[in-house]
Amino acid sequence: MTGLAYLIPVALFLGLLGLAAFLWALRSGQYDDLDGAAHRILFDDEDRPDG
Amino acid sequence: MAEVAAIPTSRGPADDVVDPEAYVRVDAKGVAHLHLLVENLHCGKCVQAIEGALRPRPDVTEARVNMTTRRLALSWHAAAAGAAELLAPVTALGYRLVPFNPAALESNAAEQDRMLLRCVAVAGFAAANVMLLSVSVWAGAFSDDMGPATRDFLHWISALIALPAVAYAGRPFFRSAAAVLRRGATNMDVPISLAVLLAAGMSLQQTIVSGPHAYFDASVTLLFFLLIGRYLDRRARSRARDAAEQLMLLGAVAATVIEPDGQRRARPVGAVRPGMVVAVAPGDRLPVDGRVRTGRSTVDTSLVTGETMPLSVRPGTDVFAGTLNLDAPLEVTVTAAGEGTLLAEIVRLIEAAAQGRDRYVRLADRFSRVYAPAVHLLAAGAFGGWLLFGGLAWQPALMIAVAVLIITCPCALGLAVPAVQVVASGRLMRRGVLVKAADGLERLADADMVVFDKTGTLTVGRPELTNRRDLSDADLTIAASLAVASRHPLARALSRAAGPVPLRDGVRETAGMGLAAPVDGGEVRLGNAAWCAVTATDETASGSELWLRRPGAEPVRFAFEDRLRDDAAAAVDALRRRGLAVELLSGDRAPVVAAVADRLGIAHWSAACLPADKVARLEALASAGRRVLMVGDGLNDAPALAAAHASMSPAEAADISRTAADFVFQGRRLTPIVETLDLSRRARRLVLQNFALALAYNVIAVPIALAGLVTPLIAAVAMSSSSLIVTLNALRLRRGGIRAEPEAGR
Repeated sequence: MTGLAYLIPVALFLGLLGLAAFLWALRSGQYDDLDGAAHRILFDDEDRPDG
Repeated sequence: MAEVAAIPTSRGPADDVVDPEAYVRVDAKGVAHLHLLVENLHCGKCVQAIEGALRPRPDVTEARVNMTTRRLALSWHAAAAGAAELLAPVTALGYRLVPFNPAALESNAAEQDRMLLRCVAVAGFAAANVMLLSVSVWAGAFSDDMGPATRDFLHWISALIALPAVAYAGRPFFRSAAAVLRRGATNMDVPISLAVLLAAGMSLQQTIVSGPHAYFDASVTLLFFLLIGRYLDRRARSRARDAAEQLMLLGAVAATVIEPDGQRRARPVGAVRPGMVVAVAPGDRLPVDGRVRTGRSTVDTSLVTGETMPLSVRPGTDVFAGTLNLDAPLEVTVTAAGEGTLLAEIVRLIEAAAQGRDRYVRLADRFSRVYAPAVHLLAAGAFGGWLLFGGLAWQPALMIAVAVLIITCPCALGLAVPAVQVVASGRLMRRGVLVKAADGLERLADADMVVFDKTGTLTVGRPELTNRRDLSDADLTIAASLAVASRHPLARALSRAAGPVPLRDGVRETAGMGLAAPVDGGEVRLGNAAWCAVTATDETASGSELWLRRPGAEPVRFAFEDRLRDDAAAAVDALRRRGLAVELLSGDRAPVVAAVADRLGIAHWSAACLPADKVARLEALASAGRRVLMVGDGLNDAPALAAAHASMSPAEAADISRTAADFVFQGRRLTPIVETLDLSRRARRLVLQNFALALAYNVIAVPIALAGLVTPLIAAVAMSSSSLIVTLNALRLRRGGIRAEPEAGR
């Protein structure tokens, strides 16, 4: 039963990590243009960062 | 006598677009921000072209096109360049840009979408982790070697995850339920909220008293499933909302006003007042209603009235907003602008017509009107029954009522109906049909009658040469060498029929009459009968023919007609075979409409309909109990599209018609109408099947719940399996052909 003491926190931590990553992606506008994202992957000249 | 205009006339891109400078916001760091709507954005290539035209400039800090909303966000160092200068290369590529103020437009709808997605994420996280713990508890109970201390510990952790998650992710349902309760009504969100809150609350109480059963997993899984359904549903709606916003932005077209001092200035249409003078270049749409002051030209009114042949205008003629100036520059004295125009009148008709449609109640809502009260009664009955007659204390009695609420919760329905919708929309999208109204598919499946517009719907919407066989190649080539100089629809049809022909030297166009060019021994002329000095013509044919006159030769006649779409007859037949009555309502002249109706075997038709006439006819049909599918493309069809039970318009239709229609189909064929109808009927069958499945599941599960035999494990299995079954059933729509008749392609 001592395994529970660290396995549960580890599982919860990993889950929270995924949740935080998703919320961050949502906040930074990565879900605003799903149609565009599907096409952008095919552009071959976008290897420099924006700006 | 006639005013002669030089051809072709070119115009700067700045003439027809509102000056973007007014929409630029410069922030404290000296960076300018501008938002624009890209009117004709189609694909990834367009995104790449626009961004590619802007990003190489060193002073541009951001240029990003959003393909979903067709908007361009642009930022640059304000000191380096003006907006017009920056945008010139994009306009040169052929994209029309309309600036807008994001603050005025950005309704809180986008923020609500994002909030819903956050709720889905939180509920998903909670559901996965609580389920992990619940499975351990069930396994422990099954093998009988988990002590109560461990069980309570796991319950407490579950509570720690589930309670905040419910409080956060349940808000969309709680708000809706609270709003509807305040009005003294009930909807499906009330039992959902009750089930989620009571399950979480009772589980907490059980955990505190160290009870064996906790429903935390059911509570959050329920939320997770329902939120997914809600999100899918919302996405379908937000597409329709985007289209409406788009239309609002397109109202921002500028008018070129000639000031009293002779200066020409681009002004927003809203700032134009009656009495002002507006210049309209050839190829531009008229921004206002007015009377021609100077200039002679022809005006294409097909989008407004459905009339195929262009109208000649001269000083004194009344012209309407939305019509297209073809030949020569015009100066128009404004008689009405903005709210007063014919266009605004049509918008008002649409709004009035669309209100009738709001009364339509979706299948799922009709179902839940009966279902929600039944669920409340069952749960209350279970609680009261066990408390009064079953001899239970209030806690176990309430637990049974909670189990009933969880079991009956329409999780399967909340997920399955939107799933059918999304799969159907996706399939139609791939066939080139855009589903714009969320409940459009349901309404289309009801249709028992179809009303067509003629010009641009049953026909291709442009004249084509019909007597090619009677003409010699030499005549055609000579005529085409003049015709390539003109924008007139008949001249264009002639050049299309002749193929590429070089332009003859010295061609001059006389607006409303025809073209002329010098040749050996005189002049060659191409134009209307009067222009070519031909007298014996058939009156009804005027406007659909051209004459060619060469020195010393007989005049030659070119006849034109707006051709039917290739599969018009097949599509009308296919619709009739599906039990739909067919009718034709057109704004065009009676002989032309009669000919088309005759060729398609349509018995009921009306000609010379005004927009209000079409609406009146549709309302008459509706009050006779018919559910009409309206198919049309013109501005004059837009109110009828909004008034009909369901509506479709082709992709080349006027913006306003596409906005009013439930579906927009692409391509030159009408078969998509039949395919969409078939798919909508299949979708409705699937939705009804899912209702039946959900009811069957309840018939089995509810007695078990009422008997108090449901444990959290049984609830979880029952809920997941029923959701899975209806979702899989919904996905069947992906398979199987859309049964477009093979002969429809003939």
